[in-house]
Formats: sequence, structure tokens, C-alpha cells
Amino acid sequence: MNCKKCKIKAVIGLPRHNAAFCKACFNEFVLEQVTRAIKGERMFGRDDRILVAVSGGKDSLALWDILLKLGYKADALYVDLGIPGYSTKSREKVQQFADSVARTHEAKLLIHKVEEEEGAGIRELADLIHRPTCSTCGTIKRYQFNRAAVEQHYDVMATGHNLDDEASRLLGNVLHWQEEYLDKQGPSLPASVEGFAKKVKPLYRLSEREVAAYSVLNRIDYIVDECPMAKGSKMLLYKEVLNRLETESPGTKQAFYCGFLEKQARALQQGSGQAQPAPPSMAEKDRATLHPCATCSQPTTAEICSYCKMMARAKAGSTR
Amino acid sequence: MHFLLFTFTSHMRVTLSHPERQVEIPGPKRVKDLLRDLNLVVEAHLVIRGDDLVTEDELLKDEDQVEIRPVISGG
Repeated sequence: MNCKKCKIKAVIGLPRHNAAFCKACFNEFVLEQVTRAIKGERMFGRDDRILVAVSGGKDSLALWDILLKLGYKADALYVDLGIPGYSTKSREKVQQFADSVARTHEAKLLIHKVEEEEGAGIRELADLIHRPTCSTCGTIKRYQFNRAAVEQHYDVMATGHNLDDEASRLLGNVLHWQEEYLDKQGPSLPASVEGFAKKVKPLYRLSEREVAAYSVLNRIDYIVDECPMAKGSKMLLYKEVLNRLETESPGTKQAFYCGFLEKQARALQQGSGQAQPAPPSMAEKDRATLHPCATCSQPTTAEICSYCKMMARAKAGSTR
Repeated sequence: MHFLLFTFTSHMRVTLSHPERQVEIPGPKRVKDLLRDLNLVVEAHLVIRGDDLVTEDELLKDEDQVEIRPVISGG
């Protein structure tokens, strides 16, 4: 198999693009796809300060690497969840990347330790509040990343979600007809209210395999193990199903997710051009329903946000 | 499937993850046939020979050290 562009031996075939690339041309392809995502979705500009959410996995480290290569001002935040073994290993990978690559671009790494602020590791917290570990983790990460971005005056927060993450999430939402979540599923979410950082997903045009290949080819040392807490998760099942479909019919994931984004955009446009009032946008809905949490002031639909409620339950559970 | 687990053979050594393990498989064999024999989906895996990524049509030989890396990782 030869590179579609320069005809030398290819290192990766991309059936969904009916192409194969050598290392140099594949890197060019990846940077082009990310640039297209950033510009097409108006994610951020050259002068914006970006906070990348890093986990030590391939997606977030690849994202940090790509943004720095493209010349953006990108720092990163790592949330240490205190998962025995796994967190130590993933933190080492992040630190190693920060020291060897990010430092040369004058980018810095911020670290938040769950055990220090929340008083226990993620597994103990989940046990204390009787909630699944993955949902406890999601609440803490969303809260801490948003807080760091807002408090430290970053213009935007970037996550390493790839095409597979977005397509599998869409599949889950459609299978259960969770229409309220479909509104919030996009590659660029605005800072709709005071206290919310703008959130973007610059890797949404790249498949998980393409991001993994980029990391391997560019010698990014990432954590290959799956998070031990994620075993048996529905998202992994949806990804497996989509990968089987993709292997039989290349382009399925892209058609599914990008088709959804096109329909979403068309529905908003059609609504605004008709006599009937347009359906409220996500930002408008947020402004109508969100207000500051009575405890921490971050936006919430309730009196107290889910993070503060969770922390109060954990505190009560630990003193029993 | 043709697995040979005897260490004295000189077949290609294949490292797999989740859980990490090694198997020896007789070559020569194309990457796509190796994945098919192991019942692994192309879209969910990368095949690395030595330090280099290889495409599905590449012929793997007995002396090759091969890693089949799942693309789903981290969390």
C-alpha cells in the first residue's frame, strides 16, 4: 500500500477516505483535519488562551501536541483521581509529556488532586455516595476543569473527544431517545452563562484509530491500558458495535455523527426562517434555566450544584 | 487459528493487550489475515512491527516482533 500523496510506502490505510498515507502525509492530514474543525466551528483564535483537559491517554496528549504544533497557546490540566496504580501511571505519562514537549513551547501543566480537595479517591467517593464510579468521575472532572478554566481566565477549554467518542455517545442518546442531551452534543459549546467556560472538541473529525496512530507515529508515550473503572461500560459496547459496522462499511461513523450535526444546524436555520418562533438555542435555554449555586456559585439548575451536593453527601457518609 | 505457544519455535511473537499477553504465530502472514485469525476488528486495532506502524497488506515474517494495540484506551 503506497501513500496517496507522495507514493512512497504507506504506514496507515484510511478506508473511510479511500486513502493511505506515509508518516509525513498522515501528520499533515491530521493537522488539516484539526485546523478545519477549529476554524469551521469557530472554536478559538491565535490569541486565545486554551486549557486542555489531559488524562495521560492518547487523545488528550495528541490534542495538546497538535495545538502546540499549530502554534496555539495551550496549557493543560490533569485531574488526579486517586485510582490505585492507574492514576500514578497516567500522571507520569502527562508529566513526561509536559517536561519533554510542552515545556519547549512554554506551555504549563496544572494538576488537581481529588484526594487533597475532595478528601478521598474516586472509588471511595463513589462508594460513600452510592453512585457509579464513572458518573462520580464525570461530575468531578467537569466541575474542576470548568472551575480552573474560569478562575484562571482561560478563553476556552478543549477536550480530546474524537469521532468515535461522539458517534458512540450519539448512538447511546438515540437508542434511549434522550432528546434533551442531543442539544448539548456538538463540537463547540458556548460559554452560555457567567461561570461556564466555552468547551470545544478539536479532534471530532478524527477517528479513535487515527488519533492512536498519530500518537504512535509521533512517539507520544500514552497510557495504553483502559481505565479499570470503565470495564463493562455501555460506551465501550457502542464503540465496538460501531467499529464492526465501520470495518464492513467504511465511513459509517462519520456519516452518522456529521449527518447529525448537519441536521442539527439545518433545524436551527429552518426554525429561524419561519413564521413560527425558532426553537430556543442551547445558550438561550441555559440562560433561562441556570443560576449560581448557593454554595460555590458555579451555574446549576438546582439551588445547589451536583458537585456540591455530592461533596456534602460524601462528607456526611464519611462521618457516619 | 494456528497458535503455537512453545517458546523454542521461531515464529513471530505477537503481543496483545487487555490483558497483556504474548502468542507465537507461524509466518509469513498478512496483517489483515493475522487480525482475522485472532478475530480482531481492523478499525479497533493498530499493528506495530518493531517501532513502526504497518498497513493491512504488509507481510509479517517469523522473525518479526509484532504488537497488536487496541485503539480504545485511557479514560
